[in-house]
Amino acid sequence: MPKQVFAELIDKKEINKEIYKFGVKADEIVNIAKPGNFIEIRVSDGTDPFLRRPISIYNLDKENGILEFIFQVKGKGTKILSTKKIGEKIDIIGPLGFGTFNFDKYSNIAIIGGGIGIFPLYELSKEAIAQEKRVSAYLGFRNRELVMLEEEFSNVTSKLKICTDDGSYGEKGFAIDLLAKDIEQEKYECIYACGPTPMLRTVKKYADENNINCQVSLEEKMGCGLGVCLGCAVKTAKSSKEAPEYFHVCKGGPVFNSKDVDF
Amino acid sequence: MNTKINFAGIEMKNPVTVAAGTFSYGREFSEFFDLGKLGGVITKGTSLKPRSGSKPSRICETASGMLHSIGLQNPAIEYFAKYDLPNLRKFDTKIIVNACANSIEEYIELCKILDTLDIDGVELNLACTDTENRGLAFGNTYESARKVTSEVRKVLRKPLIAKLTPNVPDIASIAKGVEDGGADGVSLINTLLGMKIDIHTRKPALGNNTGGLSGPAIKPLAVRMVYQVSKAVNIPILGMGGIVSGDDAIEFMLAGATAISIGAGNFIDPYTSIKAIEGIEKYMERYDIENVSDIVGKVKIN
Repeated sequence: MPKQVFAELIDKKEINKEIYKFGVKADEIVNIAKPGNFIEIRVSDGTDPFLRRPISIYNLDKENGILEFIFQVKGKGTKILSTKKIGEKIDIIGPLGFGTFNFDKYSNIAIIGGGIGIFPLYELSKEAIAQEKRVSAYLGFRNRELVMLEEEFSNVTSKLKICTDDGSYGEKGFAIDLLAKDIEQEKYECIYACGPTPMLRTVKKYADENNINCQVSLEEKMGCGLGVCLGCAVKTAKSSKEAPEYFHVCKGGPVFNSKDVDF
Repeated sequence: MNTKINFAGIEMKNPVTVAAGTFSYGREFSEFFDLGKLGGVITKGTSLKPRSGSKPSRICETASGMLHSIGLQNPAIEYFAKYDLPNLRKFDTKIIVNACANSIEEYIELCKILDTLDIDGVELNLACTDTENRGLAFGNTYESARKVTSEVRKVLRKPLIAKLTPNVPDIASIAKGVEDGGADGVSLINTLLGMKIDIHTRKPALGNNTGGLSGPAIKPLAVRMVYQVSKAVNIPILGMGGIVSGDDAIEFMLAGATAISIGAGNFIDPYTSIKAIEGIEKYMERYDIENVSDIVGKVKIN
């Protein structure tokens, strides 16, 4: 059940160019949130920008009731958000999304993330490691400058591989190719993916073709984030031109089994 | 202080309702507050058969507003009656079902069913900007609006409200059409047809290319239309279009609205409707207004 919280900003850090990590005190959300959930933030009291900004949860510090999220400054809304000062209250609704990362029945999983899509995978990885699962991470970035959170992820994974499109850091190539190389010996039971849509399509294709369970965290423009406006539609796998059928990222997702969606 | 109003024969505890398509069937918002605080809930546009809705992208933000093309996705009347209505009925509020259809025959069939349900009224969606075919635009001329309203009137004994599109040259004449057709009230405005283009990809932001604009950006236009319609008809008006506060609500009532709806405002804050009720009460206190209905149409024209 989502809550509206006016959460105090207690920690703020620019972890990369125009990419901010915020830590807010939000016990009510932290207590019930799960890996894969997201929050919706109202960045200003005015009406422009109008809508809330959906942002994934990076870390849940259950002990201290602190919720961490990371966002990139992309437009007017995130720009305003980035100017919030320590001590300011931020209007947050969460946790949102009934489709969360589900890993209870697996013991050996792989996470694969691209660019700013790696953020929601952190809490998943942390939780899975805490439950004594084996977690192998494959994180891809465009180039050296965009590599982030290597140390943080290395602390919550059994194995971490980093790659860049241009080879300027880590291995050269795409994360999915690194994962594919390991699959013979690793026999991952499930792959968890988040990143740019072209990357997710590649991961889905790979997982579906090789009959590996795969859960993808999707992104779509949202109106309400609550499952009311039905704006954030994504086609179901069954959907056809004659009989279209949709899920909604905010409610059915944001995490879906790759076999259930067509994006 | 008395906030009660009678809108189109529906007794409401206050003039604040929530607009079709911005509140679903109430479930999600009932997790935030008691829906019984609202004057009324207008349901998601509901049709005879389920609708899957428009292709994505369905939504995009604009200056002080949003464009959307949801395409009236809904589970249809049977599902509503079975699963959503019993839940909504738990709350002490009035239930108005927004009805949409593609033909007069379909409207009649749908309203025959609605007349048998435990609801308080029907809002006829005469032209939804949000859909691909714009609801076949029953609301585009005086005659088509009068015709569909009068046909529905024959089968519907419950309060009948016609929701008008602003995408017409003279909305007052359409309002006259539904009044002559036997409507008990009019609601306005539906969304304005708009478009947004991504200059980098050169593609429209919406999958349907165009869609309905809502939010505070359209408020001055909506207030003007409410005012014009109030001068043209004798049936009461449910005013909407960009209302996000009690002050906005008062403005619509001064222009001539008996009751108001919060639409896109529900998306930016789940408590917008509750805050609007509180804002109306504050205004009444400040100006020592005994009955909220006393301010309806009380704009002092220059």
